[in-house]
Amino acid sequence: MEANILDNLEVVYQKPETLTDTPFHYCPGCGHGVAHRVIMEVVEELGIQDQTIGVAPVGCSVFAYHYMNVDMQEAAHGRASAAATGIKRVLPDKYVFSYQGDGDLAAIGTAETIHTVNRGENILMVFVNNAIYGMTGGQMAPTSLCGQVTSTSPYGREATQIGFPLKITELIAQLPGAYFVARHAVHTPNAVRKLKKALKSAFEYQKLNKGTCFIEIVSNCPSGWKMNPLDSQKWIEENMFPMYPLGDIKVPGKSTTPSTENN
Amino acid sequence: MIKGTVLIATDICKGCELCVAACPQHCLTLSKQINTKGYRFAELKNEECTGCVNCALVCPDAAITVYRQAKIKKAV
Repeated sequence: MEANILDNLEVVYQKPETLTDTPFHYCPGCGHGVAHRVIMEVVEELGIQDQTIGVAPVGCSVFAYHYMNVDMQEAAHGRASAAATGIKRVLPDKYVFSYQGDGDLAAIGTAETIHTVNRGENILMVFVNNAIYGMTGGQMAPTSLCGQVTSTSPYGREATQIGFPLKITELIAQLPGAYFVARHAVHTPNAVRKLKKALKSAFEYQKLNKGTCFIEIVSNCPSGWKMNPLDSQKWIEENMFPMYPLGDIKVPGKSTTPSTENN
Repeated sequence: MIKGTVLIATDICKGCELCVAACPQHCLTLSKQINTKGYRFAELKNEECTGCVNCALVCPDAAITVYRQAKIKKAV
């Protein structure tokens, strides 16, 4: 009987074919799954599955190559952008993206990240920021917020001792090699729609050979933050967005000064 | 009203409830049964679904397929 009901209906949304059938290993409610899916949806819609090469990081998303049905390369911790540079230079016609977390891109890989953008490599860097080291057990990351309790800052992050959260996206937006820099989130359906639009334009910009595209995705880590997925979404809005405001930071053709006043 | 429905891959659903919160028609809920992984999975609780795709957009496990009533061509 169910088949009869479905006969009169048309599919308006389904899992993209660019994702493999392997179930994600991520914790319930983790933003990595949405980020993977949206990137692969864009690859499917642009029809560039056989021309796309991804570089997987070390961290929770270390097994990204199990899920993304495109050519993938695993990189050493923090060096995904360096590996992507090599791939893009050898195969300049391919669409190359790196997918990194905050412990990978903003901690051990800070030097590689900044120099990749400074050289203006024509790659897309996707930065998933969940303000914690998820895979290793919820330790403090460079992007952890002031006062945030983690397993290595049990009394909350103290800026006088450990410093301030690293806003690496604003940092690299100042570099002349950066072409398109934006910050998006995956906590609501509308945020996901905006992220998809930004990722689509970022993939399209790669054809222009104008510089690095960098998209930060503010994500959640229910397990690391020790809360349920719904609470973690609220926590993103209340705590992450004041420090990491969403929106375009550097858009081609517009003023190059990074703006922080947008919502 | 436009009718739609969702098909949820219950075996890969992890019961994170994000789709339940994202549904504007409040037609999703967690089941009383558990799946092979031991999670309560999301399921439809009424016929109010309009096929708006919100649940599928926030699903971290890409477990939701959304169907919507085909647009009826005007009779000549």
